[in-house]
Amino acid sequence: MAEHLLEVRGLSVEFHTAAGTVNAVQDVSWHLDRGETLAILGESGSGKSVSASAIMNLIDMPPGRITAGAILFNGRDMLAMDAEERRAINGAKIAMIFQDPLAHLNPVYAVGWQICEMMTTHGTPGAEARRRALDLLERVGIPQPEAAMRKYPFQFSGGQRQRLMIAMALACKPDILIADEPTTALDVTVQAQVLELLKALQQETGMGLLLITHDLGVVAEIADRVVVMNGGSIVETGKAAAVYRNPQHPYTRKLIDAAPGKGAMPEGRERRGEPLVKAVGLHKHYGLFHALKGIDLAIMPGETVAVVGESGSGKSTLARAMLRLDDPDGGEILYRGRDLLAMTPRELFGLRRDLQMVFQDPTQSLNPRMTVFQLISEAWVIHPDILPKARWREKVAELLVKVGLKPDMAGRYPHQFSGGQRQRIAIARALAMEPKLIVCDEAVSALDVSIQAQVIALLDGLRREFGLSYLFIAHDLPVVRDFADRVIVMKAGEIVEEGPVRQIFDAPQHPYTRALLAASLDPDPDIQAARRAARNLEEGRVTA
Amino acid sequence: MKFSLGRSGMKSFIGKRAIASGVSLVGLVVLVFFLSRLTGDPTDLYLPLDASVEMREQFRQMHGFNDPLIVQFGRYVADLVQLDFGHSLRQARPAMEVVLEAFSWTFRLAVITMSCVTVAAIVIGSLAAFRVGGIFDRIATFFSLIGASAPDFWLAIVAIVIFAVNLHWLPTSGTGTALHWILPVSVLFIRPFGLILQVVRGSMINVLSSAYVKTARAKGVRTPRIIFVHGLRNAMLPVITVIGDQAAAILNGAVVVETVFGFPGIGKLMIDSILLRDFAVVLAVIMVSALAIFLMNLLIDLAYALLDPRIRY
Repeated sequence: MAEHLLEVRGLSVEFHTAAGTVNAVQDVSWHLDRGETLAILGESGSGKSVSASAIMNLIDMPPGRITAGAILFNGRDMLAMDAEERRAINGAKIAMIFQDPLAHLNPVYAVGWQICEMMTTHGTPGAEARRRALDLLERVGIPQPEAAMRKYPFQFSGGQRQRLMIAMALACKPDILIADEPTTALDVTVQAQVLELLKALQQETGMGLLLITHDLGVVAEIADRVVVMNGGSIVETGKAAAVYRNPQHPYTRKLIDAAPGKGAMPEGRERRGEPLVKAVGLHKHYGLFHALKGIDLAIMPGETVAVVGESGSGKSTLARAMLRLDDPDGGEILYRGRDLLAMTPRELFGLRRDLQMVFQDPTQSLNPRMTVFQLISEAWVIHPDILPKARWREKVAELLVKVGLKPDMAGRYPHQFSGGQRQRIAIARALAMEPKLIVCDEAVSALDVSIQAQVIALLDGLRREFGLSYLFIAHDLPVVRDFADRVIVMKAGEIVEEGPVRQIFDAPQHPYTRALLAASLDPDPDIQAARRAARNLEEGRVTA
Repeated sequence: MKFSLGRSGMKSFIGKRAIASGVSLVGLVVLVFFLSRLTGDPTDLYLPLDASVEMREQFRQMHGFNDPLIVQFGRYVADLVQLDFGHSLRQARPAMEVVLEAFSWTFRLAVITMSCVTVAAIVIGSLAAFRVGGIFDRIATFFSLIGASAPDFWLAIVAIVIFAVNLHWLPTSGTGTALHWILPVSVLFIRPFGLILQVVRGSMINVLSSAYVKTARAKGVRTPRIIFVHGLRNAMLPVITVIGDQAAAILNGAVVVETVFGFPGIGKLMIDSILLRDFAVVLAVIMVSALAIFLMNLLIDLAYALLDPRIRY
């Protein structure tokens, strides 16, 4: 058997927690060769990051413990090496980049210092390290490398920070780069650029790339082979295209089916009569920053209007403004013909129950010290006319069933639930008010794809049942495609394009909409390959 | 490394701070001036018991205690404007001279003590944080908690009994040789050490579990460097505030310790002056302390900006 660059053999890792022993990964084996890209695909809790952490010696022991297996790097078992030998490999031979580059760069040191440290740690003289750092910054596309060296991480954008991390990781020309969800926190257009950069750098250096992701699209775009993980074990492994075309394991099939953006698009419904909510010429400033530049939008009863845009587009500001969580500086918001902005606090209070919101992160939007029953029934404490107290228990149970949870969960606290379940609780809480409009601000972005699909199906079912309207804020186009009646595309505080979902996806007019669509990744490797080829042609490059 | 403090922003920041502090100082001086006069007339404390009524009257006349309070205050302010802080009744020389002399002692005491405390607490606290729950951590935590909760007057007396009275290693009190410094510094050391060690440890535990420390480990950076270069600078921000607080407490007069050890510092001076109604000295002490605290806070703010590039004034 030929020797692989890196081989994980029968690795099992357990964590000892207060709740007992958790088998994070069990008997996991995979390998990576030079010049190859291997993706480990899995949802949260699948154990996809654990083997990478084990390679980098980043597992804290205790509470973690490697109970079995070997990690062979160039044929030598890393788990048998002493700490100093492993330290010398980290960064020099195997480097790693992470999901959230702002948190992973030291906030109080200049980025040049941090990149140089990678090299000086492994024996490069300071002057040479500095020269090379400048080259690296130039190579990863940071403008004005000389000035950038002296800047601090907070002074860069999200995409630039990930480029800085990449520059740092590649400083010692490692044999292997491990990228743990490298683009998850980035906007789609930036994600495309970063993946492009990773691929180009891999071709230049011939390094092996280990990519850990939850995103089928990322796998389709960049991976040669894929390892699918679930519950700490590998369920399937193979060539990325083959696994997508012909998944063997039911879990893989479920993941592929759950990927958004493949279903039939809703027929745009007829828009007649009075809109439920209508915004006219909304403006909002934060200091000198003009976040909303005259937004007009209308939501009909029972309609789902999606607002898509990248970070800084003003979409969340719009969501908050629509509910008067942040008062806009200009314009009007008509709810059934009455201007919300002109209302007294008392009038507004009466209307609040009609307009509810579901936030992105249910961990933060649910009070950790309240039980599910308290969280949901609080609505009726505030608006006592909705429901007599005697019926609260019954109604909470009913709502929990409605969102796909069990009635006996009412006594539990939010931390006892998974992320998807928590978001269901947040939805049940919104429903308790019997609202007419729910504003969902990235309500499914933090969830795993299979959970995402379930939550969206839930929202859709509730709309049908209660005739709800949604204002659905998202950065992810495929999610919107299956669900929204109308789509509004925002950029820099303005609406650049608006129309029924079919029109936006099938015949986008504005270049920005087209760029967004082009940058969003399809889970089908063949489609991604075709798009890549088209992109390369456009750029006039010779394709292999 | 270069730090740009944004010079003009810094200047206006210091200016605003100075004005705010100046206003509270004026309020304080007015308050103390009148309140201290409420304690009574110092004449009886300075003249012998058998002094005649005429002598007492003459003493009052000489120091202006006969005038209405408001007139005395006006005179004090008029002198103050010319930087004349009045005379010490007790020592019969300019009050400010007396105060500055005492302050220089206290200042040295504070600098020596806090330097020892800072170095010891940072090193031991950081190492304790590296292996939470380890034997080193437990020992450090145990002693720092005892230190932080032991009353200093008790420590001072016990230390004198053991090291000066019984063992004769060190002098009981006073100043003169380097040996005289050991007991006051040691006793003053204990409480801030315990406190700061706990803050360093807590802050460091947070920092060491942060994402950028993970990055440093993935880079192959050696452990001591991770703790003292990557970790420490981030962990220092909350620590500096506490160091400043503790240093200010000593600067303000470590009254108990200075009194027990007969140390001629500003705390002892303050107590003596209050007991003897030496008003000019009391007021001068307050002004010097206030200025010291103001500068101290400014220093802390500067240190913040030096440590964290995200903080700008």
